[in-house]
Amino acid sequence: MAVVLPQSANEPAPRWRDPLPGFGLTLGWTLTWLGLIVLLPLAALVIRAADLGWEGWAAILTSTRVQRALWLSFSSALLAACIATLIGGLMAWVLVRYQFPGRRLLDAMVDLPFALPTAVAGIALTALYSGNGWLGQHLEPLGITVAQTPIGIVLALVFIGLPFAVRTVQPLLETATRELEEAAATLGASRWTIIRRVVLPPLLPAMLTGFSLAFARGVGEYGSVIFIAGNIPFVSEIAPLLIVIKLEEYDYAGATGVATLMLLLSFIMLLLISLLQKRLSYAR
Amino acid sequence: MLAERRAAATHTDSALREPAWLRWTLIALVVLAMLGLIVLPLAVVMVEALAQGFLGYLKAIGDAETLAAIKLTLLVAAIAVPLNALFGIAAAWSITKYEFWGKRVLLALIDLPFAVSPVVAGLVFVLLFGAHGWFGPWLAERDVQVIFATPGIVLATVFITFPFVARELIPLMQAQGRDEEEAAVSLGANGWTLFWRVTLPNIRWALLYGVLLCNARAMGEFGAVSVVSGHIRGLTNTLPLQVEILHNEFNFAAAFAVASLLTLLALLTLVLKLWLEARHGDALGARAHRH
Repeated sequence: MAVVLPQSANEPAPRWRDPLPGFGLTLGWTLTWLGLIVLLPLAALVIRAADLGWEGWAAILTSTRVQRALWLSFSSALLAACIATLIGGLMAWVLVRYQFPGRRLLDAMVDLPFALPTAVAGIALTALYSGNGWLGQHLEPLGITVAQTPIGIVLALVFIGLPFAVRTVQPLLETATRELEEAAATLGASRWTIIRRVVLPPLLPAMLTGFSLAFARGVGEYGSVIFIAGNIPFVSEIAPLLIVIKLEEYDYAGATGVATLMLLLSFIMLLLISLLQKRLSYAR
Repeated sequence: MLAERRAAATHTDSALREPAWLRWTLIALVVLAMLGLIVLPLAVVMVEALAQGFLGYLKAIGDAETLAAIKLTLLVAAIAVPLNALFGIAAAWSITKYEFWGKRVLLALIDLPFAVSPVVAGLVFVLLFGAHGWFGPWLAERDVQVIFATPGIVLATVFITFPFVARELIPLMQAQGRDEEEAAVSLGANGWTLFWRVTLPNIRWALLYGVLLCNARAMGEFGAVSVVSGHIRGLTNTLPLQVEILHNEFNFAAAFAVASLLTLLALLTLVLKLWLEARHGDALGARAHRH
């Protein structure tokens, strides 16, 4: 027989009340601040972009200068993220697994690009790698021109992306037990096989995270790039700089268009990377 | 039998470590990369800053425009960092202590500014508050200037540094759970006492860590501030913008002198960060080492 619960029309079911105060206040403040600082401004960009109309968009999309700048920004950010992931992975490995004098100092300095203002990084790299700089004067005779070329852009973006690549992989290496490696060794696997088949696979998702962080930061990077890039249109002019130039010319439509394209493209790229990451972690 | 075992042991050893020549080659490669990317750029700033002697250095820093830039940079950070610290605490409290619908979306939105170019961050505020922006005419009527003035610089800085504190606090408070707070409430603590006596002591080091990173970025931000500042000398130039202007005028010694101040700030940030990680690593939560 079913138990009939006493019910009364004017007495609402007792609602569970959270004993911790402040939900309304904190969530309200969070949403308000997020809305005012982040969402409203970005919405303004999207609405402005929609206002451009077919003709406005056609003008932006067919502009060779815009195409070149976007291509340069995305390709150099991708290349730089790849290089940063490789060097960063190697750095994490060396910092965790090897003992050598100066290791701790090196470890501490990895974070410098996080803390150093980008404009400072920009002028320092320029002074170092330009044709008459400390290193640049030795690279020039070898036929390597860093300043005012895409090489300089990639160099600055590697600098910016490096800490992301190191710091995502390093904690995993530190906590990884060596038992699996030992088991593989007793089964007769060579060092190279162990690195390839035992050490590397669990690190891949973290490396991909580092890659996507470095890439996301690199695509939009401005301060560290503009000094060394020389900003020659069609050659070393990145998309963020093109936005600044269009703004200085009061071409708001053009600036809005390039900014929207940048946002759209980087979201697509980040989405693809996170999908790839999901597949990688399922595959294990 | 013995020889066999010895051979097996040698194999295990060689399969567990790289040969010495490879180890040292890799170390050398890493040291070389660090030299070219991090150590030498630091050295270049310091050497170039002192290129005209110590007196020249002092003169460059004591310049009226540079002093104005220092003041503006400190002012902007003093407004932007506390605002984002408050936001970080509120966001972390609501997200980690309660269950509600849409939490994952909220988390993603808080991180959104990291995926936006600084230049675009500046641009959106120009589109809102600039002379041709949505609120531009309305503001002009009331004689309020946002763009090419301090409020715009503060807004752009707040946008850029938006996630810093929240990102430090959320994982830590998630791990801490809500048991202590519930116990305090059952003992009769009100919201205010709860925060000051229970929650804040639990999160203070992580809060400081987030504030430290937030501050470093706020004082050093270039792209976003550059778009909204208008580069008015002595008025809307922050330190990084002052570096740019001096550099563009080929006044390299002065540019590097100002840059050395920002470099010292970065080094100080790193030292404090290391100290926090070494001294209060447990209180920072699992994330701390990832920065």
